[in-house]
Amino acid sequence: MSERSNLRLLVLAVLVASLLGTLLARAFYLQVLEGAEYRAAAADNTVREVVDPAVRGLILDQAGRPLVSNRTSVVVTIDRQELAKEDDDGAAVIKRLAAILDTPAARIRERLKPCGTEGAKPPPVCWNGSPYQPVPVAKDVDTQTALTIMEKRSDFPGVSARLEAIREYPAPFNVNAAHTLGYLGPVTEEQLEEQGDSTAFDRLRRTDVVGRTGLERQYDDILRGVPGITTLAVDTAGNVTGTLEEKDPVAGDYLVTSIDAKLQSVVEQQLINAVYRAQRQGYRGTSGAAVVIEVDTGRVLAMASYPTYDPSIWIGGVSKKQYKDLIDSKALSSNAFQGQFAPGSTYKVVSTAAAGAEDFNLYGIYPCPSSLKIGPQTFRNFESNGYGPISLTRALEVSCNTVFYDIARTMWQKAGGPDAGADAPDPIAETAADFGLGEPTGIDLPGEAAGRISSRSFKYQNWEDMKDTWCRNAEQGYPETRKTDPKLADYYTALDKENCTDGYQWRAGDALNAAIGQGDTTVTPLQMAMVYATIANGGTMYQPQVAKGVVGADGTVVKEFPPIVKGRVDVPKKAIKFLRKSLPGVTTEGSGETPFIGFPLDKIPVASKTGSAQVTGDKASTSWFASYAPANDPKYAVVMMVTEGGTGSKTSGPSVRKIYEALFGVSGRTVRPGDSVLVGGEPRATLPAVRPDGTPVTARGAGTGVATSRQEQG
Amino acid sequence: MSAVVTPGSAPRTGFRSSGGSGYWRDLDWILLIAAFTTTIFGSMLVWSASRADMASDSDPQSYLKRHAINIAIGVVLGFFASRVDYRWLRAYTPIIYGLSVFLLFMPFVPGIGTKIAGARAWIDLPGGMTIQPSEFAKIAVILMMAVLLSEKRDVESEPRDRDVLLALAVAVFPILIVLVQNDTGTVLILGSVALSIIAVSGARTRWVVGLIVGAVVGILLAIQLGLLQEYQVQRLTSFIDPSADASASAYNANQARIAIGGGGWTGYGLFEGPQTQGKFVPVNESDFIFTVVGEELGFLGSAVLILLLGVILWRAVVIAYRADDLYGRLVATGIVAWLGFQMFENIGMSLGIMPITGIPLPLVSAGGTSMMATWIAVGLLQNVRLHAVRAGT
Repeated sequence: MSERSNLRLLVLAVLVASLLGTLLARAFYLQVLEGAEYRAAAADNTVREVVDPAVRGLILDQAGRPLVSNRTSVVVTIDRQELAKEDDDGAAVIKRLAAILDTPAARIRERLKPCGTEGAKPPPVCWNGSPYQPVPVAKDVDTQTALTIMEKRSDFPGVSARLEAIREYPAPFNVNAAHTLGYLGPVTEEQLEEQGDSTAFDRLRRTDVVGRTGLERQYDDILRGVPGITTLAVDTAGNVTGTLEEKDPVAGDYLVTSIDAKLQSVVEQQLINAVYRAQRQGYRGTSGAAVVIEVDTGRVLAMASYPTYDPSIWIGGVSKKQYKDLIDSKALSSNAFQGQFAPGSTYKVVSTAAAGAEDFNLYGIYPCPSSLKIGPQTFRNFESNGYGPISLTRALEVSCNTVFYDIARTMWQKAGGPDAGADAPDPIAETAADFGLGEPTGIDLPGEAAGRISSRSFKYQNWEDMKDTWCRNAEQGYPETRKTDPKLADYYTALDKENCTDGYQWRAGDALNAAIGQGDTTVTPLQMAMVYATIANGGTMYQPQVAKGVVGADGTVVKEFPPIVKGRVDVPKKAIKFLRKSLPGVTTEGSGETPFIGFPLDKIPVASKTGSAQVTGDKASTSWFASYAPANDPKYAVVMMVTEGGTGSKTSGPSVRKIYEALFGVSGRTVRPGDSVLVGGEPRATLPAVRPDGTPVTARGAGTGVATSRQEQG
Repeated sequence: MSAVVTPGSAPRTGFRSSGGSGYWRDLDWILLIAAFTTTIFGSMLVWSASRADMASDSDPQSYLKRHAINIAIGVVLGFFASRVDYRWLRAYTPIIYGLSVFLLFMPFVPGIGTKIAGARAWIDLPGGMTIQPSEFAKIAVILMMAVLLSEKRDVESEPRDRDVLLALAVAVFPILIVLVQNDTGTVLILGSVALSIIAVSGARTRWVVGLIVGAVVGILLAIQLGLLQEYQVQRLTSFIDPSADASASAYNANQARIAIGGGGWTGYGLFEGPQTQGKFVPVNESDFIFTVVGEELGFLGSAVLILLLGVILWRAVVIAYRADDLYGRLVATGIVAWLGFQMFENIGMSLGIMPITGIPLPLVSAGGTSMMATWIAVGLLQNVRLHAVRAGT
C-alpha cells in the first residue's frame, strides 16, 4: 500500500486518539474540577406536579339510570406564574377579568393567595393547591364570556378557560336518595396524614375532592379515577426548566347499585305520605325511614329517610349558614341506617324465636289478660285489650303483650331472677344478637349505627358507667331543679338513689319490657328489615349491599358484587317455620289487617308485624310496619317507621301497602307484573350496559325518568 | 435491515470454506473482548436509565429484555459479517447499497415512517419496534466506497479522479436523504466517513483539502442562507451556553451537564444518581446514556468507558493498517471514522462540547438498529483481519 495511504491513516488515528483524549480531559474537568458546583445544581433540581383531575365515575341504578352524573362547567383559571411576568404583577389583568366576570377584583386576588401565606383567607377562599397549578377563580362561567376571554389572549395573559366536570344529580323520577349517594368534599387533613409521605402519582392531593359520605365515600377509590399528572422540572428560583413526564387522566369507573330509581321514588313519596298521615292524626311525625330489601340476596332496592336534603347543595361548597341549617334540620344523617329507634312489637318475632329456642310450645295456648301485675307494677296490653287464652300465632296477630310478658317472666325466673349475675342466661337478648341486632349489619355505607340490645349484661355495664353520676345526684338532690319544682327534684333524687344502689339489677320489669322491644333496645330500620328478610328466606343472614357491580367508563365490566351470606341465624328451624306460618295472619286477621283491606292477599300474601313503640316523655309512639311478601315465596322485605307517628297500622301500614302495589304491579284487586315499577317485574340479574363512549344504557322500557324540565314536575 | 441480512441467508458457498479452528485462533480477541465488555457495561447503564421510566410498567425489566434481544441479534449478524467471503461481499455490495438507499426513503412513506425528536428517520415495524435505516446506510456507504476506490488498480497507484467522483457521489446521495430527514448527526458522521475513506484511499491531496474546505464552506453557507431550520441552528449552538435560554435543547444540555458534573470521582453508585433516577435527563437510555455513567459511576466509570471505546478504535486502526489489500483497509478505515466520530459526537454532546444531535453511543445506547449495525462493523473488522492473516502479511 502507498506511503500516502499509510500516512493518512496515521493522521486519522492521531485525530481519533486526540478526540478521545479531549473527551477524557473534558470529563475530568466537569467531574473532578467542577464537580462540587454541579452537585449543588443537582440538589437544586426539584419537580412540581400539575394535576389534571380525572372525571369521576357515575353512580347508576339497577336499570342503568344515572343517579349521580357529571355536567361540564366552564371554569376560568389563572396561571400565577404567567401573571407574575406582567409588569404590574397582573393587577391590570385581574381588574379586566373582574369586570368581565362581574365579580370584585378583591375576590380574585384573595382566591389567588396560597393558603398559609400572609393575608390569605382560610380555605376555600385561599388556594391550597400547587403554586404551579392554574388556580380556578370562577366556575359556571357562561360560554360567551369564556370565548371573549379566550379570543383576547393578549388582554388576559395567564388566564384560561377550561371545561371541568361537576357532580350532577339527574334525579330520575325525582328521586332524592341523598343519604345513600352521599356527597363530595375537600380531602381532609386526616386522610392526608393517613397516607403519609406517599409519592405515588395517584395519591390524594390537597386540591382533591373525595367522597365524604354514602356511596361516594364507600367507593371513592373506584369512582375517583386516576388524575393526569404533568411533572415539571423546576429550579430553585421557581422557574420551570422542562417537562419530565406527562400522564393522561383515567376516568373513574361507574358504580352500579341495586337501587331502582323508580321504586326509590315510590318509597320516598310513600314515606312522606306516612309522615303526613301521622300529622293529620295530630302527631308530629318528626322523622321516618323506609327500606326495601331483596330477601334472597340482601340487596337494598330502595332506602329512604325523612327528613332529607337536596344533595346538589354540596356542589361548589356550602356556606356556614347553610351547613348550620342542615345540621339543625337533622336531615344530614340517614334514619334508615344511622337512626336508632325502639322497635316495639316488631321485635316480638325475636322473642318468639327465643321462646322456640327455649322449648316453649309454639303451638300451645297462652293466656292473654289485659294486664299482668308483677310486684308493685302493672304491665298492660295496648289499649288494655284482653283476648283470653289464645295461640301464640294469635298473640302475634293481635300483638298481645301479656303473652310475651309471661314468657319473658318465665325465662327471667329460670335464669335466677333479680339476683342472677350479669352472665346468667338471657335468651331473648341472645336471639336478638343471633339475628344481628346490636351490631352494624355491615352495609356498604359508612357511619352505620349498631343499635343496642337491652339485656342483663347491658344493664350491668351501664350501671358501671353511670353509678358515680347517679350516686352523686342522689346525694346532692338536684338543687337546681328543686328551686322551681321540688316535687320533680324529689322524684329524680329517689330514682337516682335507687339506680345508685340497685341499678345493676335486671329486674322482672326490664325483662318484660325487653320482650316487647321496649326499654333500652334500639334498632335501625335497616337492621329490622334484615331480621324480616332472614325470616322470609328461611334463616339465611345476608350482609346488605347497595353496590351491585363496577363498570368501566368504556363499558367493560370491572367487577360484580355477589350477595354476601353472613351465615345462618342460630335459631331452631321450627321457630323460623312457625314465624313464617304465623306472620301472614297479622295481615289477614291481625293488627296489620286494616291497611291491606282490598289488597289481593290471595295472590300476594303479605307477612307483617306492626309496632307502636313507646318512647320516653310525652311523645307519641313510633309507628313501625315490618313485612315481607309474597309470604308463600318471599321476594322482598319492606320496613317503614315514623317517629311520633302513632300506630304502625294506621301511619306506616298504608304506605307499605302502596310500596307492594308498586313492586308487584297491583291495581285494585288485579296483579299485572308488567305494571311493576321494576322493569320485567323483578330486579335485573345482570349489570346494565355502558356504551364505549361512557353513556349508560337504560334497560328496555325503563325510561330514564329524567324530566326534560324539572320545574314542570315540581 | 434485509440488505445486511442477505449474506447470512445466502448459499453457504458465500462463506469461507477453511476450517473453524483457524477462524477462532486468528480472531482479534482484544477487539472482541473490548466490544463485549462495552456492550455489557452499556446494558447496565440502559438498565439504570430505564428503571425509573418502567417502574410503573407491568414488567419493569421489559426494556432491558428488549435490549438483550437486540444484542443477541447483533452478535449473530456480526458473526456472519466476519465469515462472509470478500469476493462475494464485493460482488453483492451494489445490491446492499441499493437496498440501503431504498430503506432510507421508507421513513417518508406515510404509515411506515415515524418522526422522533424532529427527525423523520425511523421505520415502524409491527409490535412497536422501530428501525433506523441510516444506521445500515453507514455500512453500505463504507462498503460501496471501498469497492469503487479499490477497483482495478495496482497497489501503488492513486485512484483516478473518475473513481473519486463516483465514490463521492455514492456518499453524497444518502447524505442528502438523511439531511432531508433532519438527522444532522448522521450527516456529519457520513461526511467524516466519506472524507476519511477518500483520504486513506491515496487520492490526490487536492481532493482531500478541497473536500475539507468545501464542507466547512457548505456548513457556513447553510447557516447563513437559512437553509437549516431555526431549531437546528439552535440545537447546534445551544451547547455553547446552555444556561442562556430555557428552550428544550438547552434544558437537555444543562441537565446532562449537571448529571455528569455531579458524579465527581466515583459517582453516586449504580441506580443511585438523582438526575438519572429522577428522570431529569431526557432520553438517557439512548442519546444521553453517557450522563448515566457520568453521574452514577463518576469520572472513573467515564474513563473506563472511554478507554474501552478507545481499545476498540485502536484495534480497528491496527486492522486497517495491517490489511492485505486496499479494499480491506478502506472498509476498516471507514469503520474507524464512523465509530470514532460517532463516539466523540455522542459523548461530546453530553459533556457540552458538541452540538446536540440525536445519535446513539455505539454498543452502549439502547436502540436495536445501532446495536446491530455496530456488531456488523465489529464482524467486518474481524473479516478484514482474518483475510490479512491468511494472506500471510
